Amino acid sequence: MKTCKEVHRLVSEGQDRNLSFIERIAVRVHLMMCGACRRFEAQMDFLRQALRRFPGP
Amino acid sequence: MADPDFNAELNRLRPTLMRFAVLQLRDEQSAEDVVQDTMLAALQGREKFSGRAQLKTWLVAILKNKIVDRIRQRSREAPLPQVGDSEAEDFDALFQADGHWQEKPSNWGNPEAALQQSRFYDVMELCMNALPENLARVFTMREILEMETEEICKELAISTSNCWVVLYRARMRLRECLQLKWFSEGVGAE
Repeated sequence: MKTCKEVHRLVSEGQDRNLSFIERIAVRVHLMMCGACRRFEAQMDFLRQALRRFPGP
Repeated sequence: MADPDFNAELNRLRPTLMRFAVLQLRDEQSAEDVVQDTMLAALQGREKFSGRAQLKTWLVAILKNKIVDRIRQRSREAPLPQVGDSEAEDFDALFQADGHWQEKPSNWGNPEAALQQSRFYDVMELCMNALPENLARVFTMREILEMETEEICKELAISTSNCWVVLYRARMRLRECLQLKWFSEGVGAE
């Protein structure tokens, strides 16, 4: 079982490289059970969306 | 759009383009050059453009391409300084000894609401400017210019694993800054 500390790194790295099959499963299982990491993942998605539209309206 | 209007709009957007370019290139002179090129391209391609609403989007798209070209050219001429791993910065303090979060990350809500607001982007710009230059350079290439990680590593001659670490750190800093300056101000998510 991966910890939140390990999973949050993989969530970030998942934006920059293809995670291995094992990593993807580990992250998915962890996220299913962990609301805190789901929040973190949502924040990372937010950042990406926001930056793609930089400098904004 | 009539010519005088078009020119006036270009001039009005110039400072925005300059700030954008300086943020990416961290160098006034190069920024001046790419903005100049962008204005020129805009004037030449004027007929491809219609409608004031998307002028900014259109100009930023041109500008992004010019900036990517400039970065590629620059890294060929003089290799950029290494993004050293010296500052052993980590974010251990966010976690307990057993690897759980100290504090549950807050709910930032639906991005759409924030992304419509230019005030949000003022804060974002402030936070981007607060990033150390070595982080900012890699991070903007990845997130704003949307270059592939592989290419960034190659252009900057850094290892891919170093690249991931740098991008991670930049995200964590930006997250911290936005949390403090936007989401804690009661203007972001509920």
